[in-house]
Amino acid sequence: MKTQVKAEDGKQEILITREFDLPVELLFKAYSEADLIEQWMGTKVISLENRNLGFYQFETSQNGNVVFKASGTIHRVNLNQQIIRTFEMENMPMGVQLEYLDFEAISNQRSRLNIQIIYQSENQRAAQLKLPFASGLNAAHNRLQEIAKIRK
Amino acid sequence: MNIRRDVFQAIADPTRRAILLLLTTQSMTAGIIASNFDTARPTVSKHLQILTECELLKQEQKGREVYYHLNAIKMQEVAQFIEPFRKIWDDRFNKLETVMKSYQKNNR
Repeated sequence: MKTQVKAEDGKQEILITREFDLPVELLFKAYSEADLIEQWMGTKVISLENRNLGFYQFETSQNGNVVFKASGTIHRVNLNQQIIRTFEMENMPMGVQLEYLDFEAISNQRSRLNIQIIYQSENQRAAQLKLPFASGLNAAHNRLQEIAKIRK
Repeated sequence: MNIRRDVFQAIADPTRRAILLLLTTQSMTAGIIASNFDTARPTVSKHLQILTECELLKQEQKGREVYYHLNAIKMQEVAQFIEPFRKIWDDRFNKLETVMKSYQKNNR
């Protein structure tokens, strides 16, 4: 599994780790240039000031309707090392998250990204984790959750 | 054969969910599991294979028999919704890697 996600019980953070077959400079660039963000995130970048005390706004539309809107302030940028920013998705129960993005060179051609996302509450974190699941597998999940409870 | 073993694809199937439920009480051999279904034995074997490949089940050799039991950790991951969340990020990061590799090629 290339991308690893940790969401420990009783915590209000999610840790995401991923290694890339890319130099750290390119990985960092993927997060700091609007046209590149647009390509891999699949969203429109309305604004991006990637600097200390900067900000950003993303928006995705389908058939003329806005389906995703997110924004945040960028607290600190250390070139090729770190971005500290907030993230908020509009009209969602997750609130404002604090994100630490740590970029790390493994070799000249490989790099690692560690993301720590901190939520205001455990409930908001739970809402985030449930989001991708919304599309119809709920019944299966409920049964599995029962199973997991029995096994605990 | 190059079939992606997606855990959520695995539990979307009613027979496989039934197998998982069946194994909540105790570990069982493929034969005993199959005897609980009207489905043909090879079909049940196929389901067991898929569940094992996506790590929801584990195999354990006891004497001459192979027993299947639930992989509690993986089941919990599924229950806590981590896997679909992980998959979204994995897909997104795969895209990032592809985009940046072509960028690298074009800017050499």
